[in-house]
Parts: sequence; structure tokens; C-alpha cells
Amino acid sequence: MVNLIVDGKNISTTEGTMLLEAIRGAGISIPTLCAHEAVSRSGACRLCVVEIKKGNRTRIVTSCLYAAEEGLIVDTKSERVLNVRRLVMELLLARCPESEVLQKLSKELCVEPQARFIADSDKGKCVLCRSCVRVCEEVVGVSAIGLFSRGSHKTVGTPYNEKSDACIGCGACVYVCPTGHIEMFTTGDKRKIWGRTFKMKTCDTCGRYFAPVDQLKYISKKTGVPLKELAICMDCR
Amino acid sequence: MKTTSNIAGKTKEIVKKHGKDKSSMIAVLQDIQEAFNYLPKQALKTAASAMNVPFSRVYEAATFYTAFSLKPRGENIVKICVGTACHVRGAATLQDKFERTLGIKPGETTKDKKFSLETVNCVGACALGPVVLINTEYHGQVTMKKVDKIIEKINNEGAQR
Ligand code: SF4
Ligand code: FES
Ligand code: FES
Repeated sequence: MVNLIVDGKNISTTEGTMLLEAIRGAGISIPTLCAHEAVSRSGACRLCVVEIKKGNRTRIVTSCLYAAEEGLIVDTKSERVLNVRRLVMELLLARCPESEVLQKLSKELCVEPQARFIADSDKGKCVLCRSCVRVCEEVVGVSAIGLFSRGSHKTVGTPYNEKSDACIGCGACVYVCPTGHIEMFTTGDKRKIWGRTFKMKTCDTCGRYFAPVDQLKYISKKTGVPLKELAICMDCR
Repeated sequence: MKTTSNIAGKTKEIVKKHGKDKSSMIAVLQDIQEAFNYLPKQALKTAASAMNVPFSRVYEAATFYTAFSLKPRGENIVKICVGTACHVRGAATLQDKFERTLGIKPGETTKDKKFSLETVNCVGACALGPVVLINTEYHGQVTMKKVDKIIEKINNEGAQR
């Protein structure tokens, strides 16, 4: 166990727990975008910043990537933290003005769009957190998407923006995306995602369309479970 | 012209030379560019499968570094240095001169496939600024007058490789 002080409260947590979890466990809220339980941590959004004090020195760290330490004094609402967080939020908002998630979050943080940061109109809702790319690689294991180019030109997508043969249409990227940037349309027997249209499979028991055929084929190949046994939806199992 | 199969063949040779380890990816991409003057899609696909690295990861690396080109480039690559030292010595006007003389913008290639224009940020020869690098040859203190001469010379006698 490690003991630390967060906003004046004594908290103990298990070794290796990140500050974010320790702080939230104590009932204190911290805004985040990129921390998702399904993927490894990237520290991309910088919203989760807190101020830590060790001895006489204080510094700003991303709580989602900083493991709790014995005797650490953490401040989640200091002037410095609020300033950093506000600036991060202003920049995120300037990048993705049309993201409802960011609009809502900035309201909560009392942040308004700033005239000095010219709003982008070509970035969609993507904050480049890489969560979708990570889930596609780490969890699904197909690595169909990536973040391409660099600097202000960086975008998420499939190579050459073409239909990817690696994609299985599972929609995991849509699920982890914090801002709703990735578009997926599922209607009847078809699902559209990343420019490709997938054929959906009906459940052998209830007859509803429940997963793309390509996804089931991929799972079958990977796990060795015959395709037939996978043809039943979650509700009917 | 290179056919698809010999792009794949050459790429496989390059991968063989460097080994399949992910860490040799940049070296492989450099050699592919060396062989074809740019990174053909087919080569990236072949390299990805030969090295057992996802195509998306290869494409990430290929689009990240400005030294790599995804478009076929001309026989001669003109790189105008627009780094700080060259900038203060008039790289912008020089760039303008090259653009007008060749009739292309940075990132483009002339119709006859003879020249491609690129800009770079400092080539490490600041004392010679403004610097223009053509293939492997450094031209220092390039003036407007020199531009025409340089291009004429290449047109008549070819350039250093
Ligand atoms: S699409 Fe979503 S998950 Fe992917 S990088 Fe952009 S914001 Fe992150
Ligand atoms: S949640 Fe910590 S950086 Fe995004
Ligand atoms: S700025 Fe041009 S060589 Fe350094």
C-alpha cells in the first residue's frame, strides 16, 4: 500500500496504481479524454493534469501516467493546474470546434472558444489521441488504421485513404474514440466504416443482424472456434 | 518502366539485406526510395508483408519523414534550403526564381520528369547560404543569375548524382 495526500485528504492505494485511478477512487473528479480501459495509456490529451509535491518541489504531471508514490502531495485544483487545463481545453476546442463532447467538457471547465486560437475546420472531431489505432493493434490485432503525416497535417485513417483489407468492420475504434470522430453506419445487412461496406451476419437463433461476416471469420481463424459456433449473437448465448 | 512484379522482387531483396526486424524499417524505406526514386505503393505493401509489420505502420513511417516521397520524382531533385540562415540571405526570392524557371511548386515534378522541387530546413552548410542542393551537389551563395546557369548546365551536361 502507498499513502498519499490528495487535495488535503489522506488516501491509500495499491502500489502501481496510477494517480488518476487513485484520485477518482477517492471521489474526486478529473476530466479525461484519452484514458480508456481498453487501451494502453498514451498521455495524449493532457486534460488529466494535476500538481504533485515532493519535498519542496512541485510539478505538473499527467495523472493517467503517473503511478502513486508514498508521501506524495497532490493538488487537483490549484491555480496552476486550472490554468494548464484551461489552456489545453482551449487548444482542443480550437482544433475540433464541432465536437459535442469537447463543447460539453469545455462548458464544465468554464472554457470559451478563444479568438487568439484560430478554429480549424478540416480536422473533424479528431484530437489525435491514437486510442483507435491502439485498440485496432492491441485488442483487435489487425492494425488497419494509423495516424499519418505529421504536424498540423496529421490525420487518422487507412493507408492511402483506401479501403483496407485488414479492417474487419468490428467498430472497436468507434467504441474507444472519445470525441465521436469515426463514422460507422449499420443498417440492415450492411455496415459502413472507413470507406468500406461490410456484409452483416444474422444470428442463427434470433435472426437479427449482429456482426460483420469478416469479423466472425477473423475471430474463427484466430481462435480456432468453428464459424458455425460463432453465428449466435451475444443476447442468444 | 518498372513493372509491379519487379518492384516486389527488388523490395524483397532489400528486406533480405536488412533483415526482417522492425527496427530496420527506415533503412528498408531509404533503400526503396533509392531504387525507385520514390516509395511506390506496391513496394510498401511488399515490404510490410515481408517484414511482418502492418501496412498501416509502414505507411505511418513513410508519411512521417519528409525525406520520403510517395509520388514519383524527377531525375534531378532540387532542394532549396529555407532554413534560418538561408532565409535571411534570400532563400524566398531564390525559391520564387526556381519556381518560375521550372514552372513547378515545391513537391511537384516537371512534365518532362527532369526536375522535382523541394524545400528543406537547413542542410548544415549555413556559411554558404543561400544553399541549393541538387541531387548530391551543394551549390553555395546562389544568385538569381546562377540559377539559369545551373539549370542550363544540367540540361546540357546532366548533373552530379
Ligand atoms: S479518431 Fe478518435 S480515437 Fe482516433 S485518434 Fe482521433 S480522437 Fe483519438
Ligand atoms: S487522460 Fe491523461 S493525458 Fe489524456
Ligand atoms: S539554413 Fe541553409 S544550410 Fe543552414
